Amino acid sequence: MTSPKQALAQPASSADAASGSQPGAARGAHGRGGPAGADSWRSRLYRWDMKASPYAFVAPFFVLFGAFSLVPLLYTAWYSLHDVQLSSLDHQTWAGLDNYKNLLSSDFFWNALQNTFSIGLISTVPQLLAAIWLAHLLNYKLRGSTVWRVVMLTPYATSVAAATLVFTLLYSWDGGMVNWVLHFFGVDPVNWRESDWGSQFAVSSIVIWRWTGYNALIYLAAMQAIPTDLYESAAIDGANRWQQFRHVTVPQLRPTILFTVVVSTIGATQLFGEPLLFGGVSGSKGGSEHQYQTLGLYMYDQGWIIGNLGKASAIAWSMFLILLIIAVINLVLTRRLRKTQ
Amino acid sequence: MTTSELTIPQAAKGTSDRRPGRRRVMGAGKQLHAGPVTYVVLVVFALVSLAPLVWTAVAASRTDRRLAETPPPLWFGGNLFKNLQAAWDQAGLGTAMFNSTLVAGAITVSTVLFSTLAGFAFAKLRFRFSGFLLLLTIGTMMIPPQLAVVPLYLWMSDLGWSNQLQTVILPSLVTAFGTFFMRQYLVQALPSELIEAARVDGASSIRIVWHVVFPAARPAMAVLGLLTFVFAWNDFLWPIIALNQQNPTVQVALNSLGTGYVPDQAVIMAGALLGTLPLLIAFLLFGKQIVGGIMQGAIKG
Repeated sequence: MTSPKQALAQPASSADAASGSQPGAARGAHGRGGPAGADSWRSRLYRWDMKASPYAFVAPFFVLFGAFSLVPLLYTAWYSLHDVQLSSLDHQTWAGLDNYKNLLSSDFFWNALQNTFSIGLISTVPQLLAAIWLAHLLNYKLRGSTVWRVVMLTPYATSVAAATLVFTLLYSWDGGMVNWVLHFFGVDPVNWRESDWGSQFAVSSIVIWRWTGYNALIYLAAMQAIPTDLYESAAIDGANRWQQFRHVTVPQLRPTILFTVVVSTIGATQLFGEPLLFGGVSGSKGGSEHQYQTLGLYMYDQGWIIGNLGKASAIAWSMFLILLIIAVINLVLTRRLRKTQ
Repeated sequence: MTTSELTIPQAAKGTSDRRPGRRRVMGAGKQLHAGPVTYVVLVVFALVSLAPLVWTAVAASRTDRRLAETPPPLWFGGNLFKNLQAAWDQAGLGTAMFNSTLVAGAITVSTVLFSTLAGFAFAKLRFRFSGFLLLLTIGTMMIPPQLAVVPLYLWMSDLGWSNQLQTVILPSLVTAFGTFFMRQYLVQALPSELIEAARVDGASSIRIVWHVVFPAARPAMAVLGLLTFVFAWNDFLWPIIALNQQNPTVQVALNSLGTGYVPDQAVIMAGALLGTLPLLIAFLLFGKQIVGGIMQGAIKG
C-alpha cells in the first residue's frame, strides 16, 4: 500500500515546519535524567511545547479550511448582493436583494427546487430501504462474506462520469437495454430522456446504483453492534424473524438511519454530475424542458453558461438556507421522537 | 447537530489486519445461517451491481451502429482496442489520467496528514476552544461545495491560475470530514496512557506524533486515504468550472466526450471504461480495506 506510506513519509518535514520554532524540543527526549526542574531552560521549552503544539496541529487544517471553505462562504453572500458578470469581472456593482428577488420570481428556480426535492426523494428513499434489506441479508452467516461486500461496493468505486455515460446509453430511446427489457415484459418503451418522471427516475437510478452498497455497509456495521441477547429474548417472546427485524433491528438502527438520511439529503441537495452528463450537449439545462435541472445544475448554468455570477451566488446561498431549514426540522423531529419514547 | 449523537462503531485495537470476515466467524455461534433464498436475492443484487460495468466493456467492444440496433449486444465484439485508442486520443485521456492522478494524489496526502494531526489534537490534547472548534468542524460538514465556487473562481482568475492544476488542488487540501473521522478513530484506538508515558519520558510533541500517533492511526489513515482518493478522482463541479479541455481531469475529459457533437457511443463507452479503470484496479487491490474502513467508521465520504 503506497498511499499511506507516502502519507507517513510526509509528516516529518511538515510537522517540523509546524513547530519549527522549538529546535531543542526533539532533543529533550534523550535528556530524561533528573526531574524537570533540573534544567529550567529545557523545562520551559517543554511546557511551551505542551501549550503550543495542539494549536500547531490544528492550525494547518483551520487555515486551509478557513481560507478555502469558510471565507468563500461569506464572500459568496457578498457577491450574491452584487451584479457580477462573467464577461466583465472587474465591474461589480451593488445590487442589494435584486438577485434574490430575481430568483423568487423565476420559474426555473422553482422548477429546479422542485426537481431537487423530487429527485432527492426518489433516489434517497429506495436507496436506503434497499440498503437496509441488503445489510440484513449480509448479516446472515454467509459463505464468502467479504466477497459479497466488495461486490456490493463496486459501484461506489466507479467514476461518476463513467457510470452516467453507461446509464445514459442503457436508457436510450431506441436500442437501449432498459426499453428492450421492458419490451420483453410487454411494457411500452419509455422516453427516459424527455419525459418528466422517466428522466428523473433515470437520473435517480444512477444515484441509487452508486450508493446503495455503501449505505448497506454502514447499516451492516450498526447491525453487528446490536447485542444478540436482544434477539434471543425477542425469540423467547415468540417474535418471528420479521417481528424481530421490525421491533429489534430497526429501533436499534435508528441513530444510523438518521445519519444516513441526513447525509443522503445533503448529497441529494448537491446533485450535479449525474444530471449534467445525462443531459449530454444541453446538460446544464437539465433536459430540453428542464425536466431534471437540479439546483446544482441551475447554479452552474446561470453562473458559467449564462455568465451571471451574482445570481449563481444567490442560488448557492439559497441552497445553504434550505439545508439549514432541513437541519432544524430534523433536530426538532429527533427531539420529539426521543420525548415520546 | 445530529452527527454528534451517532453511535459510531469503532475499530478494535490492532486492526491492522482487520478482516470483517474473520470477526464474524468468532461470534458466529449465534448467527443465523443464510438460506438459499438469501443467496438468490444476493446474487440479484450482485448482478445489478456488476452488470453495468461488464456491459460497459461489451459496448466498448462494438461499433456505434451496432449499439443503436435492437436487441442491444450482450456479448463482446472485436472493436475494443480500436475504440479504446479512439477514446484515448479524442478525450486526451493520457493528460487527463496524469492530471487526475496528480490532483487526487496531492489531495489525499495532504488530507490524510492534516486530518491526522488535527484529529489527534481533538481526540487527545486539551486546549482552549477545542470543544467549540470541533463543533465548528462537524457543523461545517454539511456546507455544500457550491457555496465556495464563485469566490474561488474569481480569486483564481485574479491569480491567473485558471486552467491550472493547483486551482483544483488547493481548495480540497483538507476536509472537515477527514478531521472528524480521524478524531473518532483516535479517541479509542490511541490509549492516553501511551501519550502520558511518552510525556513522562520527556518526549516532545513532534516525537509523540511520529512515534506514537502515526503508528496507532495507520489503519484509519489508509482508509481515509482510499476514500479521499476516490472522492477526489470523482470530483466534478469545481474541476469543470476551473479547468478547460486543454488541461482536464478524467471527469472533465469524459464530460467532453459525452457532449461531443458527433457522439460515437462505442467510443464513449471505451472512454468510460478507461476513466473508471484506475479506481476499479485500486478497488480490486484494496476492496477489503475499504469495506472494513467503511464498516468501522460508518461514514460517508
